[in-house]
Amino acid sequence: MSKVKSIEDLMKIKEKALKDLQLRDTGKRGKITVAMGTCGIAAGAKETLRAIVEALAENNINDISVVQSGCMGLCEVEPTIEVRLEGQEPVVYGHVTPENAKRIVKLHILGNQIVSDLLVRKGEM
Amino acid sequence: MPLTTSTILICAGGACISSGETSVKEALQREIRKYGLEEVVRIVETGCMGACSLGPIMVVYPEGVFYQKLTPQAAEKIVQEHLLKGRIVQEYLYKMPTGEAVPEAMDKLPFFAKQVKIATRNVGYIDPGNIEEYIARDGYFALTKVLNEMTPDQVIEEVKRSGLRGRGGAGFPTGLKWELTRKAKGDRKYVVCNADEGDPGAFMDRSVLEGDPHTVLEAMAIAGYAIGAQQGYIYVRAEYPLAIERLQIAIAQAKEYGFLGQNILGSDFSFDIEIRIGAGAFVCGEETALIASIEGRRGQPRVKPPYPAQSGVWGCPTVINNVETLACVPPIIIKGADWFRSIGTPTSPGTKVFALAGKITNTGLVEVPMGITLRELLYEIGGGSSTGKKIKAVQTGGPSGGCIPSEYFDTPVDYESLQKLGAIMGSGGMIVMDEDDCMVDVAKFFLEFTVDESCGKCTPCREGTRQMLKILEKITSGEGTEEDLDELERLGTIIKDTSLCGLGQTAPNPVLSTLRYYRHEYEAHVKEKKCPALRCKALVRYVIDPSKCVGCTACARVCPVNAISGELRKVHSIDNDVCIRCGSCIEVCRFGAISKVSP
Repeated sequence: MSKVKSIEDLMKIKEKALKDLQLRDTGKRGKITVAMGTCGIAAGAKETLRAIVEALAENNINDISVVQSGCMGLCEVEPTIEVRLEGQEPVVYGHVTPENAKRIVKLHILGNQIVSDLLVRKGEM
Repeated sequence: MPLTTSTILICAGGACISSGETSVKEALQREIRKYGLEEVVRIVETGCMGACSLGPIMVVYPEGVFYQKLTPQAAEKIVQEHLLKGRIVQEYLYKMPTGEAVPEAMDKLPFFAKQVKIATRNVGYIDPGNIEEYIARDGYFALTKVLNEMTPDQVIEEVKRSGLRGRGGAGFPTGLKWELTRKAKGDRKYVVCNADEGDPGAFMDRSVLEGDPHTVLEAMAIAGYAIGAQQGYIYVRAEYPLAIERLQIAIAQAKEYGFLGQNILGSDFSFDIEIRIGAGAFVCGEETALIASIEGRRGQPRVKPPYPAQSGVWGCPTVINNVETLACVPPIIIKGADWFRSIGTPTSPGTKVFALAGKITNTGLVEVPMGITLRELLYEIGGGSSTGKKIKAVQTGGPSGGCIPSEYFDTPVDYESLQKLGAIMGSGGMIVMDEDDCMVDVAKFFLEFTVDESCGKCTPCREGTRQMLKILEKITSGEGTEEDLDELERLGTIIKDTSLCGLGQTAPNPVLSTLRYYRHEYEAHVKEKKCPALRCKALVRYVIDPSKCVGCTACARVCPVNAISGELRKVHSIDNDVCIRCGSCIEVCRFGAISKVSP
């Protein structure tokens, strides 16, 4: 660590550290729930989870929290995720491989557009 | 960016550590490893979150679920259910008195929601061992602002305008202290942080040091810049090993990042901080005794003036500020004096941290705006009596403070109002007492403490407090006279007027304030030889109600001195000449047949 010499140096550290801290905060724009039941994990949900977090980081999205849940009961189409944005109906996607996860982040989170070929269900259960 | 999806903030304050935080943390780590969640779940040990009576506690983010009274088994279950399956574990949530479970206790409970956090803004939220988390919460921005944009006089002016007053107890205006030290002549000047927190039951300073050590370092550097000092000392008591450890880590990090040391932030201002560990004398919290102790001499107060602002450490002008006071400085610099003045009352702006203890439901640390009433503090935030009996009084300010009866609970809490009632703000300890507490006994307890801790230098304090204690012992053993009460008042007033330092000047307060509000209790002790609260052993007898006693012999068997006699299935009786009033018989009697009476 080189010594902090200016307010710009300090801002850089703050921005970086703030990202870590904000992950803890509630009250975000939305959240992505990754089903992490045994079936989901067996189908690769851990890799999916990692891909989502990476994709959010790459795109500098920090108002979406990523949480895990148990199995949603859709074992057939695992890995599944649910995207819940404020003011919109929740959307469940199936067969979310890491590649598909990146696509969802890009199209749905950034572009506000439903990825129809992966859509499993729309609306509350 | 780490792949963290859940962050667990686990409180590693002293109280939670004592109630088993370490084993809970280890169980969490073990389970997290077992399920391969190391990369996505992060555990952060924070400073005290304040809800000590619920400990060990933790908060799981992003949901913000507050779990309490944890055990290693609870930790396993929370990992399996909450982290793995996303199901909140109901049984470890906080329950309202109605029985309703509250997951987001941090936002919803009056205990948390009514608080306004300035001094403890980061405590319980950041990792105290990680300087970057402090920076993320605007840490060291105040120091940067001061060095880049403000002259020392402007810094002093801002602190003066904020109206910040010493949180150690006396309430001296902080900005004025800085100004006097700046104006004093001297080549070398010093900044001292008084972390010799000694009042029984008060632990807000420890909480700040353990939970947010960098804020103290930053504020000391700002004070150093303002008064023209290059060296600071933190005088912290040896009984706070965790605080010392975290301060050492924080100082090393601050040096590495260039917030301490030579040419801070590229300016020509240099400042260093060293830790001085106090050896445990209560009097060393008094500033002149503290200075003597830093210099390696015996910790005894001296006559003031000269005040430390003129002649402090090594005879140089010195500013001495308490931990909580310093913790308010960085937010004042960043948000401005007007913001600070908008909280609290005109004469006591800002907030104060209180340590709630005694017979109150939510024991722990709370930070509230000055001017809040005692009623709000004790009933809404504190949750009222923990025993089901009525709260009778609250003792503020520890052994230097006084008792405030429940009739005055609508008094706003600020320096002046408490003083008018014969109590003091002090460091912020609040001990709650109910109908079962005898005020004479309470006064005796605090006086025993000051008799022990008097340094012995001046006669009024050394001998006077001892004489007062003897009189109290006489009264509680049933041998007091009415003249004794007048004598207590006379002695107390003399000690207050003639003692050298704050210890002696305030030592009679617990006696004088209880005499003022509870003279009838004192009178019951001396006139009727009666202890209304049934507390003073010499004035209490144990009796068995013949109509309730079934002769089960349970009490006779448990009595350690064989004071109870009686045959099986016959009414028992207690020989009060033999009885040592231990109360064991009352505890075992299933028929409610034994009670205390006085006289």
